[in-house]
Amino acid sequence: MAEPYDRGIIEDFGRWKGFSAGMWAWILHKFTGWILIGYLFMHVSVLSTALVSGDVYTQTIQGLEGLAIVRVMEVGLLAVAVFHIMNGTRLLLVDLGLGLDQQDKAFYASLLLTAIIAVASVPTFLQGAF
Amino acid sequence: MSVDRRTDTEPEAGAETQDENLVELKVFRYDPDVEEKQKPRYDEFLIPRERGMSVLEALIEARDRFDPSLTFRHSCRQAICGSDAMLINGQHALACKTLVEDLAEPIRVEPLAHLDVEKDLVVEMEHFYDQMAAVEPFFDPDELPDDALTEQRQSPENREQIKLSTRCIWCASCMSSCNIAAGDNEYLGPASINMAYRFLMDEREGEQRGAERIEHIADDHGVWRCQTQFSCTEVCPKDIPLTEHIQALKREAAKKNLKFW
Repeated sequence: MAEPYDRGIIEDFGRWKGFSAGMWAWILHKFTGWILIGYLFMHVSVLSTALVSGDVYTQTIQGLEGLAIVRVMEVGLLAVAVFHIMNGTRLLLVDLGLGLDQQDKAFYASLLLTAIIAVASVPTFLQGAF
Repeated sequence: MSVDRRTDTEPEAGAETQDENLVELKVFRYDPDVEEKQKPRYDEFLIPRERGMSVLEALIEARDRFDPSLTFRHSCRQAICGSDAMLINGQHALACKTLVEDLAEPIRVEPLAHLDVEKDLVVEMEHFYDQMAAVEPFFDPDELPDDALTEQRQSPENREQIKLSTRCIWCASCMSSCNIAAGDNEYLGPASINMAYRFLMDEREGEQRGAERIEHIADDHGVWRCQTQFSCTEVCPKDIPLTEHIQALKREAAKKNLKFW
């Protein structure tokens, strides 16, 4: 019998498209998780400026908050954190075996709540930024 | 009736493809033993449309009428043998259970994803069967009744608990849809874990056998690999809640390892 076909080529040749809610939730959860880890390092480094002196810390914070891009990114950070929390709660329920047949709806609800909270936070974060 | 077979991958906008009496199939072809098919390609088949025709029937028609070398597995034609799982328009499905009239045309038919292709729509199933065998999928109670004629009765509640897990037809759709199984060759996979669930949850087997089963499925490449992407549950043609069963076994494994009392 001939060697089985090398799967590498099939990947270019036509692919499975069965991307369901659970898969998107998984991808977004990993993605937001990595962003939060990255933010954690940045957060600690900004806080560490207080080790130099209180003034340096205040200047750093004021400098950062003076940048419009930072204000916009804060809205994004909130959205990332909220989604991660919401989907994390969904995953806890999944681990406990509760409402597994509703898991896709829970994912959509996480997205919806994230969007609502992010939009609602815009006035607070962007006040006086532009 | 004019029936034609096309082998070009780019369909021409011809009158024939518009013919409502014909079903247009685009079938994945590959054969390592035939030089012109060593490079995978799609063949197009125009099949006379029949009312209530399944994709399997269309494939059989394509094979019998146009190309006897077109290869695919099939047996019972009633969604119970699990032979003809494939990708139909990019979705996992049993060809015998999928009606042509429910699909957008041309209908693209491909072998299962994440499994080696042997020829055309036939994939290598050996690995899948090995994983199924690894959980020892047979009833194996701690104690047998003294008398061989004594029934080993199960409560209706317990039967209900394992009912869905017994539906598995070993079609490998779940394994094909699982990205974890694709990345970890040693991962037992949803079907195999479901099979472990079927026997682990069977109250007649006894604690000793249960403990052995848990030890096996709580391995590094067992239940803990599952990332609850729910792909297996989505694609299962028998509607087995596979993720739910995997999660239940995770809890059983956790209970076994986290006893403080």
